[in-house]
Amino acid sequence: MSNYSLFGLVLVPLVGSLIVFAIPRANGLLAKQVALFFSLATLVYTVVLAIKFDDKGPRFQDTMSWTWVRSFGVHIAFGVDGIALVLVLMAVILVPTVILASWNSFDSREDAEEDSDVGRSVPTFFGLILLLEFFMVGVFTATDVFLFYVFFEAMLVPMYFIIGSFGGPRRQYAAMKFFLYSLVGGLLMLASVIGLYVSSGKSTFAFSELIGSVPSGTTQKLLFLGFFIAFAIKAPLVPFHTWLPDAGAEAPAGGAALLVGVLDKVGTFGFLRYCLPLFPGASRYFAPTILILSVVGILYAAFLAIGQRDMKRLVAYTSVAHFGFIGLGIFAFTTQGGTGAVLYMVNHGLSTGVLFIVVGLLVARGKSRQVSDYGGAAKVVPLLSGAFLLAGLSALALPGMSTFISEFLVLVGTFTRHKGLAVLATTGIILAALYVLILYQRTMQGTMNEKVRKFRDLNVRESFAVAPLIALIVFLGVYPKPITDMINPAVKYTLHDIHQTDPTPKYGTAAGGIK
Amino acid sequence: MTVVDATGIQSAVWLLVAIPAVSAAVLLLVGKRGDRWAHLIGALVPVALFVFSLILFFSVKGQHNREINSHLFSWVPVGSFQVDVGFRIDPLSMVFVLLITGVGSLIHIYAVGYMAHDPGRRRFFGYFNLFVAAMLLLVLANNYLLLYVGWEGVGLASYLLIGFYYDRPSAATAAKKAFIANRVGDVGLSIAIMLMFAYFGSTSFAGVFAHFGADGNASKGVAAAIGLMLLLGACGKSGQFPLQTWLPDAMEGPTPVSALIHAATMVTAGVYLIARSAPIFNDSQAARTVVVIIGAITLLYGCVCGCGQDDLKRVLAYSTVSQIGYMFLAVGLGSGVYAIGILHLLAHGFFKATLFLSAGAIMHAMNDRINMRRFGGLYSVMKLTFFSFCCGYLAIIGIPPFSGFWTKDKIIEAAFDKGGTSGWILGLAALLGAGLTAFYMTRALLMTFFGERRWEEDVHPHEAPKIMTVPVLILAAASLVGGYLLIFGGGVQHWLSPSVGPSIEEGVHTVSPWVLSVITIVVVLLGFGGAYVVFGQRRVPATQPVGVSFVTTASRRNIYADAFNETVLMRPGQWLTRGLVFFDNMGVDGAVNGLAAGLGGSSGRLRRIQSGFVRSYALSMLGGSVALLAVLLAVRFS
Repeated sequence: MSNYSLFGLVLVPLVGSLIVFAIPRANGLLAKQVALFFSLATLVYTVVLAIKFDDKGPRFQDTMSWTWVRSFGVHIAFGVDGIALVLVLMAVILVPTVILASWNSFDSREDAEEDSDVGRSVPTFFGLILLLEFFMVGVFTATDVFLFYVFFEAMLVPMYFIIGSFGGPRRQYAAMKFFLYSLVGGLLMLASVIGLYVSSGKSTFAFSELIGSVPSGTTQKLLFLGFFIAFAIKAPLVPFHTWLPDAGAEAPAGGAALLVGVLDKVGTFGFLRYCLPLFPGASRYFAPTILILSVVGILYAAFLAIGQRDMKRLVAYTSVAHFGFIGLGIFAFTTQGGTGAVLYMVNHGLSTGVLFIVVGLLVARGKSRQVSDYGGAAKVVPLLSGAFLLAGLSALALPGMSTFISEFLVLVGTFTRHKGLAVLATTGIILAALYVLILYQRTMQGTMNEKVRKFRDLNVRESFAVAPLIALIVFLGVYPKPITDMINPAVKYTLHDIHQTDPTPKYGTAAGGIK
Repeated sequence: MTVVDATGIQSAVWLLVAIPAVSAAVLLLVGKRGDRWAHLIGALVPVALFVFSLILFFSVKGQHNREINSHLFSWVPVGSFQVDVGFRIDPLSMVFVLLITGVGSLIHIYAVGYMAHDPGRRRFFGYFNLFVAAMLLLVLANNYLLLYVGWEGVGLASYLLIGFYYDRPSAATAAKKAFIANRVGDVGLSIAIMLMFAYFGSTSFAGVFAHFGADGNASKGVAAAIGLMLLLGACGKSGQFPLQTWLPDAMEGPTPVSALIHAATMVTAGVYLIARSAPIFNDSQAARTVVVIIGAITLLYGCVCGCGQDDLKRVLAYSTVSQIGYMFLAVGLGSGVYAIGILHLLAHGFFKATLFLSAGAIMHAMNDRINMRRFGGLYSVMKLTFFSFCCGYLAIIGIPPFSGFWTKDKIIEAAFDKGGTSGWILGLAALLGAGLTAFYMTRALLMTFFGERRWEEDVHPHEAPKIMTVPVLILAAASLVGGYLLIFGGGVQHWLSPSVGPSIEEGVHTVSPWVLSVITIVVVLLGFGGAYVVFGQRRVPATQPVGVSFVTTASRRNIYADAFNETVLMRPGQWLTRGLVFFDNMGVDGAVNGLAAGLGGSSGRLRRIQSGFVRSYALSMLGGSVALLAVLLAVRFS
């Protein structure tokens, strides 16, 4: 019994991208409109699926499976659990936002490099965005490990061109670095995928059948490391992170939002979906090391963010710190940590997405990424500075915003098992306040820099790009239940796969069942 | 005591948070269209909330069981971590709600006049209403996680309002400093909440408190750990040692902000947190000891720093630091003294708001200048302001019958009654503080209102408009009569007993209360006399004298607390940051780049081959897949 709804979902952006690619270069406006239409269609489609999703239903829903390569058990198989669904939701919410925010970014050729031989074709850019959306939806919804690998690798191609063709002055370098890192990760993963097939002895790549099929021991540890390093490069965890600041800084703002907001989540998603259930013994074996790396990453990257002078690099480093939190939540092996980590992925996508977009809007006005080229802008562009502050506050996980809930869940979920690490990670909230508020003070407050005097405030289109994300961040801070209800069962399955249960409170809950 | 569910009007308690929150959002989002009426809405909201709070108060008062829970919805449900959005209406929260909405209303009305000519008036009222919403959430939340949202919300409002004149670098820096200091405290609050969940599986007041007291099973160690972490949070929010340095700098905000947020309400949230967590602190002598030590240190610290300031608002700010030290001392003395701490908090709310709003009226008259060395002789031109300032002044230094006398006297008495050496130390510290308070407040009074006129040439002081003077006079009246209402008949203490336990029994006193009161008054008069000799009888220089004693210099430089933070925290932090940036660029990244260059022969060659290399990437990926299949095939046939 197959359900083709997810297959349909994957096709929508693919078809959209093909149409947009076919639009002639001179007709940029049409390309944008078509791209926006398809991205909104994908969004509506996903929302319908999310509404139909049954929290109490089976682990994977809307499943379908076609045999692709029969002799090796490769399938074109799709299905979503709560984790995949909320990440798809996050991705398809970001795409139309990015399209709106990038609307005029490539209209004029003035900002193009003099020596640039790469044309900045408007249809190409928006086609690439939709193609990327196709791969992003695919990578989260694939339930066949081989198919996942194909999407995982293919995702790089549109992103490579988005950075390399539409990026900043050092885009070639950044794109190359992004590519090399990903290549190394991809090769490791390829080896592990082969190893997985061989050692499981199941003759299939279907994810559900592979759970718990790899015998524990050295093989499992090696396979785990292959997957883990590939994902840790993607996510990225310290010390695999140095490609991200370059890629994030050089990518166009919309591309950076998708890169850090969604693409990198495939890494953390991979930890949870593949590393833990497929290699439970190895996951437990390596967990302490990974937890320490995560905490180091939280603090180390936060210090680096404080020290950045380039706004987009700064935002990229904040994300590295945030990925530390996500890693912490996943490898704490508790319900709160796991759910918190998934919620963190969603919130971070929205929050960093909006932060990159807002920074991009500022950079588009000032034609510089250097913090020192700004100052006192709040007086000239109150809306932009308000959006900037709100995006920053969500990055520092202000209670009342959705990011707080995920960060606190991660911390509390870690604390029940590893008190020292959780306490260390908690000090990261001070550093987060520092990097956000220093950035805000230097760009928006204080004495006005002459260059900002002629800045134009957000127009209607830009407001429409930014406002829904901020509204969503606030809404989910007040009422995250719809999302957590979707995530909870999937996290429980995962913990079950690795044979972990939550530690019970030492003194038990109070008599009388007081909540 | 059992907790009952909210009924009738009590179920609408969420409106206390929702109305100002919505109002804040509207005022901030409406744009310039709202500039003409925004302040009216902004000021009307707290008044309406005050009326609603009164109705609520009588509804609570009318029932026997005064601990009421109003559940709204499930907020964060994840496994055994179940946190709701719900409110607790009880005597303690009602006292705060009335203080916040009552004093808040008066200060909002005052601000209509104070901000009349400010182009950012709409934004100001938006932030101000946001503050009210967050503060009410803080005191009404029925669990620690929701309290945290209010806690950080008031911090945000405070940040926005300290930095209200954001084009002044000093204001922007002060705002940031306040937020960071509060974040240090937040680490403590976060860890406290995590401890609660790890040990009790709950973060609600009811769920946590059930593990303490006579029937509790929590160990002393857990009680101490949670108590100390809560205390760290309280110190950040309330400007207590060692996180006190942000509060004086917070005076960069408009004066109504200093009155409402940085004197009457928000900075007392730490006291609320400790009083609210009374069951935890009652079970931990260790945590209480640290609370009283911090209270005693801070109250003296504030006094000493207050003596050397020339900026009137900074004098008042240090007095706030010091007075909250008294409150910490009281709540740290534990069972039976909580209510006295809260009483002093209420009295302080009235008299400090009076003082700040009077100072605001003076600033208004003196072209926004606040240096007392350029004041002098103002009593004759600003009689109403002088009168209200005097009420606040007499209340803070503790002259009977003003409110501060009754409440501070009780704290000094309770400190002595603690008994033993520690009781004597704390009592003497509190007594010394009373004398110093009289000294620096008298100094401020004399420098501002008496002596020769040291005004700058362009200044023409005049009395403030009625919309400003009337609220101040009402607060001044409250500083006067508040004491009776608060102390006599034990009304408030009795009222608070369900929340914080019954008040102290009349028992053995270390020093007889009457004798102690007389001693206190004598000490206060000594402080007054000292200040009168130095600042009343001699000429006050219009510029700050140089070559002063070590003590004066230390006082002016807040006993080197800022210098300490700068040397020990900020500078090394900056070095660390720079070092790490260098390491990341050269070390981690350099290694990778070197490797890449090595693989490619040289970076130049890498550049040349890259485009062709990458364009065939799709192909190489396909190749990878083919290789995969080939390997599988080989494995299969082997």
